[in-house]
Amino acid sequence: MTSAGNLATYNFAYLDEQTKRMIRRAILKAIAIPGYQVPFASREMPMPYGWGTGGVQVTASILGPDDTLKVIDQGADDTTNAVSIRAFFQKVANVKVTTKTGEATVIQTRHRIPEEPLTEGQVLVYQVPIPEPLRFLEPRETETRKMHALEEYGLMHVKLYEDIARNGHIATTYAYPVKVGERYVMDPSPIPKFDNPKMHRSQALQLFGAGREKRIYAIPPHTEVVSLDFEDYPFEIQKFEKPCALCGAENVYLDEVVLDDKGGRMFVCSDTDHCEDRRNAGHVGELGVAQTEAAE
Amino acid sequence: MNSQPLLKVSDLSKFYGGRIGCTKVSFDLWPGEVLAIVGESGSGKTTLLNCVSTRLTADVGSVEYRMRDGQFRNLATMAEAERRFLMRTDWGFVHQNPADGLRMTVSAGANVGERLMAIGDRHYGQIRETAGDWLSRVEIGLDRIDDQPRAFSGGMRQRLQIARNLVTAPRLVFMDEPTGGLDVSVQARLLDLIRGLVQDLGLAAIVVTHDLAVARLLSHRMMVMKDGQVIEHGLTDRVLDDPREPYTQLLVSSILQV
Amino acid sequence: MPTPLVVSEVAKTFTMHLRGGTRLPVIANVNFAATAGQCSVLGGPSGAGKSSILKMVFGNYSVDTGQILVKHRDQVIDLARAEPRQILEVRRETIGYVSQFLRVVPRISALDIVAEPLAQEGVEMEDARARAADLLSRLNLPEELWALPPATFSGGEQQRVNIARGFITSHSILLLDEPTASLDAQNRDVVIEMIEEKKRAGTALLGIFHDEDVRTRIADHVIDVSKFSARELAA
Repeated sequence: MTSAGNLATYNFAYLDEQTKRMIRRAILKAIAIPGYQVPFASREMPMPYGWGTGGVQVTASILGPDDTLKVIDQGADDTTNAVSIRAFFQKVANVKVTTKTGEATVIQTRHRIPEEPLTEGQVLVYQVPIPEPLRFLEPRETETRKMHALEEYGLMHVKLYEDIARNGHIATTYAYPVKVGERYVMDPSPIPKFDNPKMHRSQALQLFGAGREKRIYAIPPHTEVVSLDFEDYPFEIQKFEKPCALCGAENVYLDEVVLDDKGGRMFVCSDTDHCEDRRNAGHVGELGVAQTEAAE
Repeated sequence: MNSQPLLKVSDLSKFYGGRIGCTKVSFDLWPGEVLAIVGESGSGKTTLLNCVSTRLTADVGSVEYRMRDGQFRNLATMAEAERRFLMRTDWGFVHQNPADGLRMTVSAGANVGERLMAIGDRHYGQIRETAGDWLSRVEIGLDRIDDQPRAFSGGMRQRLQIARNLVTAPRLVFMDEPTGGLDVSVQARLLDLIRGLVQDLGLAAIVVTHDLAVARLLSHRMMVMKDGQVIEHGLTDRVLDDPREPYTQLLVSSILQV
Repeated sequence: MPTPLVVSEVAKTFTMHLRGGTRLPVIANVNFAATAGQCSVLGGPSGAGKSSILKMVFGNYSVDTGQILVKHRDQVIDLARAEPRQILEVRRETIGYVSQFLRVVPRISALDIVAEPLAQEGVEMEDARARAADLLSRLNLPEELWALPPATFSGGEQQRVNIARGFITSHSILLLDEPTASLDAQNRDVVIEMIEEKKRAGTALLGIFHDEDVRTRIADHVIDVSKFSARELAA
């Protein structure tokens, strides 16, 4: 009989060391071949597929006791997915957590890249639902792998062609395909195309994990990342008519928030940490209140 | 006259286990020449077509192709990347069932433009213009450029498939029963279209068909296959008007007269 | 006189495999030459093998033994042994053929059918069409028919399209298989006139004419095919 304190506990960061080793090998290979999808033996995690199991396994494998973790979902630190993954790693790895982009060493993200430019030494881990950018038009995995191997990417432009033919412009706004290191075409996960330029020559290491599809890929720091386009329909990011309603920030990605049932709405920063920082620094948007007043 | 063939097929054989697919087939194909391969179902003509076009790997024999630089290359030993590039630029393949050769869920324009994008064209306006030109060459109205082939009739789909193949100005086109499964009137229109395009573009083509009328109309030369072997081979009108082998005589005498 | 076509010791037997392999000898030891600027006529009763000889010279029937020597470009080619693509080249440039019946291609206009051989020689399509129009009007084919595919034409109309197609080029050898059979007297005279013009231009003509009157008007010499008959030889 053992006492309760001696009950088997989780290994550091939940995964056993052999599994982490396997995943780290896949990560190393992914870094060596930027944009290439490396297959790995994805494990069952204590959460359903679609909740970021790929990203969680990557994070678990690279996390050390000294790391500081930030988790965002659609740019926010306080949404269900972000909160539960953050709580998960606090529990199984007991690492420091933060909401501050600048303080984090590892940032796990779903569907956004933080507004604050990432710096050397930081790692951004993306949760990826569908890693294969060619699947839309070519469902056969054997064929898409061959197309990657032989660099046959005409099909990617067929998708963009269809977009323009149907809508008059490239209507793809998220998961916008990119070419990495002048070689592999890659799906950047469903981030808005607004964030695509942030991947280009980023100082941080970017890792992508797809749990259900069992693939890991990577963009090493300072790598060329080019969004695909046509000469006469060049790549463009979304533009917003107004600045953030709360902090007045321009040139950031905004979310629409419905205020009432009479059509009232406002546009606010999707990156909650960035917005908060700005408000703390005294920036006030059209509908915002100065932090000092709010405190009263 | 071109002094070199475009394609040299030597001693080609393909077996399916103990069964013969095709055996000991040799021929040369010259630029601008249309060769018909005829025979009934199971005679090995489609196997031969697939072996020559490298869609199947032959067990014995070789297929050599004269590249644009004038050099002959053995297709079996060519790197896959180069072979696939060849197949989508210098070659065409027209399938009997258009759904096998088209992307049914993308527009007609993109179906034609795909090969251009695959070789690096990156100007939407120019790609669309070229696609439009080709649609009108195969008698598909410009107002259908954004429609998906799912909405097209069988004859239109087949014409679209032809445009998709010819947009990169290939030198060699393979056709597997290109008019099979179409109404007679639609067939006639398609045959006439193919005949005109082959002549205008100086294409070399290998056409597999069981229909001797198609062979007569399209081809210069024909090969008759039976049980995986070529049993008679010669000028198309010679083979049809003066057949020598018993099987060829049977085939020719079996044509229904209208 | 140059002889652009020499037929030497040619024999032909049909084997009817569907009739238990019956061998049907048609002709043997065929020897004749066609002279430039003259019209040679194959004579003899029907079934003697006149048409078969014409078809062998055109490469349409195979030849069992013997030689068919044709002066093509600057060389002499034996059509009995030539490769298919050589025969096609000879047809494109050297030997023209007016068959008894027109092989109709769906959807192609009468004018284009006539212009095609000239276009294949490298003449601009517009010029070839103009030449075709000249010939068709000379043969009295109503102009409203020119743009139509000849499938629905009468026998005489189809034949005139066929004649125009054969006469449009300036091939050095022209084969004629009953070109006047279904024509009225007026058009027959036009064809005879056209044959005379070909002769003056130095073309070697070889033909079959059942019409006694036509034959006597155009034939420079008659080749009696019955003397080549393999059946009598066998008997």
